[in-house]
Amino acid sequence: MTPGTLVFLAIGFALVCVVLAMMLCTVRLLIGPSAQDRVLALDTLWMCTMLLALMLGIRYGSQVYFEAALIIALLGFVSTIALAKFLMRGEVIE
Amino acid sequence: MNGAGLPWWAAVTVTFLLVLGGLITLIGTLGLLRLKTFYQRIHGPAITITLGAGCILLASMVYFTVTQARPVIHELLITAFVLMTAPVVAMLIMRAAVYRDPQSGAAPVVQLDAEAPSRARDVGGRPTEGRS
Repeated sequence: MTPGTLVFLAIGFALVCVVLAMMLCTVRLLIGPSAQDRVLALDTLWMCTMLLALMLGIRYGSQVYFEAALIIALLGFVSTIALAKFLMRGEVIE
Repeated sequence: MNGAGLPWWAAVTVTFLLVLGGLITLIGTLGLLRLKTFYQRIHGPAITITLGAGCILLASMVYFTVTQARPVIHELLITAFVLMTAPVVAMLIMRAAVYRDPQSGAAPVVQLDAEAPSRARDVGGRPTEGRS
């Protein structure tokens, strides 16, 4: 067993964990009793997607995935803020 | 396999951080699914965002620093951004929930009010005993 194999197995395990986490988020997104539950689940889903992109970057040894993760983090923040504002005020831009 | 020239200490560190990050991410979203009221559920993703993302970002930093033989720390950008924006997002969603709950006549706020007097008595009782 080489060090590369160890990291390969760890990335596989972490990928399975994060995909399971995304499934749990999706369940909460679908059954969420109130709208704020769904927004919270969507925010967590954005975060899990960012982690997924980072881990694929380690897996394939490529720096391109880092930029994708950065953009996913930015878009997730903005979209969650817009949704929370919509829940509070009924419109995003007043 | 691109991590062929990786030394053992780096491989063990990256493995530890990745396993820890994956498990913590899973635990946080499990809390999002299993907890009962919205005000309890909002604490689950906080674990995912801070500790889970922190561990995986640290693993990425260690891996690329070792494999490219130069400091690769631009993951700090994501770390700083996520740590700065997570409280803002949590506060806005919480405010939206507090604003919307009385309108929809939902149970959580009422339940918390019903439990509040006993807790307040417990918390308020101890300092007076300590003082006397």
